[in-house]
Amino acid sequence: MNFAVLQFPGSNCDQDCAHVLRNVMGYPTRLLWHKENNVGDADAVVVPGGFSYGDYLRTGSIARFSPVMGAVKEFADNGGFVLGICNGFQILCEAGLLPGALIRNRSLQFRCEHVYLKVATYDSPFTSQIPEGKLMRIPIAHGEGNYFCDANTLDEIEANDRILFQYADREGDITDHANPNGSLKNIAGICNAERNVAGMMPHPERAAESALNEKDGRLVFESLIQSLNPASTTA
Amino acid sequence: MSSDPSITPELISEHGLTAEEYDRIKEIIGREPNYVELGIFSVMWSEHCSYKNTRALLKGFPVESPRVLVGAGEENAGILDIGDNLAISFKIESHNHPSAVEPFQGAATGVGGIIRDIFTMGARPVCAINSLRFGDLSNSEVRRLFRGVVSGIAHYGNCFGIPTVAGEVYFDKSYEGNPLVNAFALGVLRHDQIARGAAKGVGNPVFYVGPATGRDGLAGAAFASQDLTEKSAEQQRSAVQVGDPFMEKLCMEACLELLATGAVAGIQDMGAAGLTCSTCETAARGGTGVEIDLAKVPQRSPGMTPYEILLSESQERMLIIVEKGREDEVKRIFDKWDLPWAEIGKVTDTGQMVVKNHGEVVADLPAAKLADEAPVYHREAKEPVYLDEVRSFTLEAIEDCDDPKSALEKLLEWPTIASKNWVYRQYDHMVRANTMVNPGSDAAVIRIKADSVPGGDEREDFPEKIIALAVDCNATHVYLDPYEGSKASVAECARNLACSGASPIGTTDNLNFGNPHNPELFWQLKESVRGLSEGCTAFDAPVTGGNVSLYNQNPDGAIDPTPTVAMVGVVEDEAHVTTQWFKDKGDAVILLGEPVGKGDTLCGLGGSAYLQVIHGCKNGKPPVCDLGIERTLGTTLLGLIQSDLIKSAHDCSEGGLAVALAESCFSELHGRNTPCFLGADVDLSDIKDVRSDALLFGESHGRIVISTSDIDAVKTLERAKLMGVPAQRIGTVGGDQLKVKLLNGEYAWEVAGLHDLWWNSIGNAMA
Repeated sequence: MNFAVLQFPGSNCDQDCAHVLRNVMGYPTRLLWHKENNVGDADAVVVPGGFSYGDYLRTGSIARFSPVMGAVKEFADNGGFVLGICNGFQILCEAGLLPGALIRNRSLQFRCEHVYLKVATYDSPFTSQIPEGKLMRIPIAHGEGNYFCDANTLDEIEANDRILFQYADREGDITDHANPNGSLKNIAGICNAERNVAGMMPHPERAAESALNEKDGRLVFESLIQSLNPASTTA
Repeated sequence: MSSDPSITPELISEHGLTAEEYDRIKEIIGREPNYVELGIFSVMWSEHCSYKNTRALLKGFPVESPRVLVGAGEENAGILDIGDNLAISFKIESHNHPSAVEPFQGAATGVGGIIRDIFTMGARPVCAINSLRFGDLSNSEVRRLFRGVVSGIAHYGNCFGIPTVAGEVYFDKSYEGNPLVNAFALGVLRHDQIARGAAKGVGNPVFYVGPATGRDGLAGAAFASQDLTEKSAEQQRSAVQVGDPFMEKLCMEACLELLATGAVAGIQDMGAAGLTCSTCETAARGGTGVEIDLAKVPQRSPGMTPYEILLSESQERMLIIVEKGREDEVKRIFDKWDLPWAEIGKVTDTGQMVVKNHGEVVADLPAAKLADEAPVYHREAKEPVYLDEVRSFTLEAIEDCDDPKSALEKLLEWPTIASKNWVYRQYDHMVRANTMVNPGSDAAVIRIKADSVPGGDEREDFPEKIIALAVDCNATHVYLDPYEGSKASVAECARNLACSGASPIGTTDNLNFGNPHNPELFWQLKESVRGLSEGCTAFDAPVTGGNVSLYNQNPDGAIDPTPTVAMVGVVEDEAHVTTQWFKDKGDAVILLGEPVGKGDTLCGLGGSAYLQVIHGCKNGKPPVCDLGIERTLGTTLLGLIQSDLIKSAHDCSEGGLAVALAESCFSELHGRNTPCFLGADVDLSDIKDVRSDALLFGESHGRIVISTSDIDAVKTLERAKLMGVPAQRIGTVGGDQLKVKLLNGEYAWEVAGLHDLWWNSIGNAMA
């Protein structure tokens, strides 16, 4: 099972994702340069966080035009698993692989802190291995993570069980107080209608090792690995 | 150049050069300099580049230890060995004047500049910290500067992808109009990856890489070396550079990739004094000459003069000396990263820095003399008159505290003591997935893993390392006694490292002072350097580099002398990483160190936060810092931590024992809006003959509040005493309240209430 982590100029969580996939989860992972136009032998693609192309103009808006995103779109259209994290989520929205947009945090400030996530559905390749009822503790770090879409889209996302994660308080309640950026319905992550493409603002790769005091993020990668190869067991 | 102005005494003075310095220039080059050459001397002989007023003093710093691979002053930043062929490079640098004029860009480019210094050494920058000072938050202009500086640091660091893991922020009237922005970065490399800023190899081509040169930041180094006035600020707005962290990220990745090829003979960033400083310093270090043609330099706007191109401080540019015949590798890598590059000249054997423009020579100066023979001044130092008043202050002037309850609340709410979450939540402090202790404890702790090394380390079993970082300076104490206050800044850093489980290995300092021509201000500087030197020697933490920022004053006066100290330590084992907050109900609370410093007639209250907040006075001799005691305290605590006895450790600093206890009760943050509270029942009634205010809020040094399991308490006390460290059990962890029993009464605070005052204070002021 092979992973590819995209590398745009300005990506800065590419090495973190590769570290977790390679050294923590134990799977071959290669960095895929933005000028390449196919994803090679990858079984899943991670679009990492950072400031692709400096995020000038609008977050993710330039990255969507890169050659590698054409290849990722084709890969996704054929059912390949794609996970966008933070800037990766923004890019997938800009590229039309996910609906909606991530706009400026309502505080107008960058926010870096640990948040609690309620898992809204276990029916996805990205959440299937998370124990039922588990509240995930994972850090966020973004200035534009305020999820927004029109009312029809939101209805559709909700009706089809496409919300993956919602910001919650420590009791697991979805409150405004627990919402770090103003996202509609406290949305922290969603998937597409086919359920093979997901985006999330929190950084599971920063919460996957006991050395960093948090292992909840591992569950996202374990779910993905399990979905790719149901026979696999991860330590 | 015919259009250049002729050299007049006024022009010389406008360039910040004295008549004597001008004579010296003529002596060195054997003729009158032209306009371009005058500009070059002006920036190279500015305090920022030449340390002409401080060089003699700085010789007192301890700079050696077996760990030093690159020492202070040799290169852009020092390098220390951390074992297993791994090393770290770190330095702190100020961007005070630019931040006063344009806070966002001023602070952003301060971060950019220090990151460049680190990757120029061949290291991958892996974390940043900073020290910030502003005036009183009740002033709207101060709030504007504070907001701008923090968002500038966040903008640059977050986009670049470096975690900002620790820092300190002080608020004091003396910084009104003169904010201090000191930025620190640390990088990692293997011993075989150390790069040098020397122009080696006659005939080697000189490359310029990075974005085009514009008129921004013209002569910023010279600007930073003058007093700040309203007029100068307005005139010099163009001296503030504009930063592009995206460009810097690309430039860093490309440079590290290029360094790995072995095609680089020398590398130097274009920071202060831009192209001028980088060409002249590389030639001086290489013992060679450099010849460049400005017409080949990428330029952002048409019609730039040689003077402007040479003195521009446009950001994110590097000078690279390439091994002849390997030019194509530079082109390949920089093209891959879509970065501009240009071959602008070559290394010569003349010892001269020759600058041409379309083939015509516009400057021809001896590189080594220009770089190394700046005048050295031994300025007059005179003990300041205000110290008479400081020394005459006694506790008879104030009544003992009759309301400790509200005093502690006011102290926790005081912005200098209050939580800095409004600041650090704007910084990405976790990118690179190495941060083991986030901001909010005594020191930040990060791990170094294989991808921290440039190119990634290929070793099968990479020997991971853990390092801790702290930055400190109690400038009020330094103002009231520069020598003791400076020693104490070093000691506080070391204490913070010890509380995190680390032993110090090196120091970088940022000397922020007023105008050195004022003998009283120069005396502060001199005494401070003496204190820092003794401190760093005591902790075996040599100074590996740093920065001097003088002229931090405006017409209302100078800042409090602020020798910011940043210290790096090594944690031997993951199990030793320790945080400041209480862990479990029933644990013993122990105070290491004398409750009140012996022989101090002010009992630690001199210069204290308590005097400032409750009595509105900044006066009194600050507590004496005994380095022998501090050192023993540090090694003892570390020994206890390594024996797995310690659950939490937090040193006493601003606000004294009461603030340290309160913070131990509430500073653990589990997640957004989710602090963890653990009260404590503390009994100090055994401590006699001490005023309540001194016992609770005095700032005597050498004290650490620790907690251990109940069963380990006796063993811990015995071992501390065996090491010669006074230790007493003062209480037990548990409950919702912090209760403190004194001889004259008992006081109790709801931990949640104290937390909210402390946590929200700065956010409320900025709302």
